[in-house]
Amino acid sequence: MSLDPHSRPQLAPGCRLGENQGQKVLLMPERALRLIGPSLEIVTRCDGKNSIAKIVAELQKLYSKAQPKKVEEDILGYLQLLHDQRALDFI
Amino acid sequence: MPPTPPNPLALIAELTHRCPLHCVYCSNPAELVNRTQELSTEIWSRVFREAAELGVMQLDLTGGEPLARPDLAALIESARAANLYVNLITSGLPLDEARLDELIAAGLDHFQLSFQGSRESSANEVSGTKAHAQKLRVLDWLRTRRVGVTLNFVLHRNNLDQLEEMLSIAEGSSTSRVEFAHVQYYGWAFANREQLLPTREQLMRSIDFFKCAEERLRGKIRIEYVVPDYHAKYPKPCMGGWGRQAVLITPRGEAMPCHAASVIPNLSFENVTEKSLQEIWGSSEAFQKFRGEDWMQEPCKSCDRRSQDFGGCRCQAMLLTGNAAATDPVCSLSPQRTRVDAIIAAIPSASATTIQPSSPASLWLYRPNPA
Repeated sequence: MSLDPHSRPQLAPGCRLGENQGQKVLLMPERALRLIGPSLEIVTRCDGKNSIAKIVAELQKLYSKAQPKKVEEDILGYLQLLHDQRALDFI
Repeated sequence: MPPTPPNPLALIAELTHRCPLHCVYCSNPAELVNRTQELSTEIWSRVFREAAELGVMQLDLTGGEPLARPDLAALIESARAANLYVNLITSGLPLDEARLDELIAAGLDHFQLSFQGSRESSANEVSGTKAHAQKLRVLDWLRTRRVGVTLNFVLHRNNLDQLEEMLSIAEGSSTSRVEFAHVQYYGWAFANREQLLPTREQLMRSIDFFKCAEERLRGKIRIEYVVPDYHAKYPKPCMGGWGRQAVLITPRGEAMPCHAASVIPNLSFENVTEKSLQEIWGSSEAFQKFRGEDWMQEPCKSCDRRSQDFGGCRCQAMLLTGNAAATDPVCSLSPQRTRVDAIIAAIPSASATTIQPSSPASLWLYRPNPA
């Protein structure tokens, strides 16, 4: 499945941000993902309001030293991974 | 000296042993705790706070049937206040829509609904009560509510021909996650093993099915599956290692490294009514007993796999060899693997089991409901 840049990612029911011993984590059934650096920047923007295109543009600005194309690929790959784990819906 | 333990990640809270179902594979121990011995709301709330301080992220509220606790919503609220992710493991009864809303409003993150099969008659036979229709009602209520939902199908020889139908139930619902869990042979399942254990052929067919389903439903429904380890080449890393990731609290407050640990003789469990979870986790005899590698015997002691599977399951070693420190006998490297092979060899052939009607109810040993 290729992702529609206009769709808006939102954490799926049963998934939410949490904190564990001072670190941000993505909590989901039976597991938790530690969120560090870019993964935290991406997941905090998955609120059902920001489009994928907007998230990409913001992170390209935030990580301006990295190649914009690479930043985009990394974001799409991560969103796809979270979607396949059913942690994310696209609305 | 065993090494300093890492922090636990999961707390399994057996809130009660009371349950309207009498499943023939229940993981509860043979000796069930009575209602009058159950921990209070206040003690559970303290244990939740202590667990979170220790690093626990995930809380499983289980039983018995946790819905049997009238204070369940209050317990969910205190667990969320302690910063835990709250998972309810339930049969779905007794429950109505108003109570479901109350639990979700209290902060329930995730609802794991168990199924005994896809067909009313065989599911009800396994649970020893009429539960299946209610589960389908609950599934329908969940469709319009925002909470994580997992369906859990417990698999054994007599319902492995229903996998397609089970998956249809899931696909027709709002769930995003399905667990297909082959029965593990402890507790009541150990007592009923002869009638539950699938053949190798059935198991392999089920694994093919899971893999196809996983592929077909990617992005829609996440499929997870647990296989019965009697058929495996290497043992499972039980509980992620003894006293490494999880702690279980029984309805009366004993802290145990797993569901079945009470089968190990001379192992005493400290109680959260007397000590903090920190103290128990860090230094109690039960948690220290099989931590690290000092306790291991050959062939585990010098095995390359010892840091992956931690020697397998201590309770299974106890149940099948009489020695809790032995290599888990499901391991192909265990000198006692022949015991498991003999159990497998005694399973009726696949062709015989698929055409057989389900076993007569009189052959089952049903789990009773405690007082």
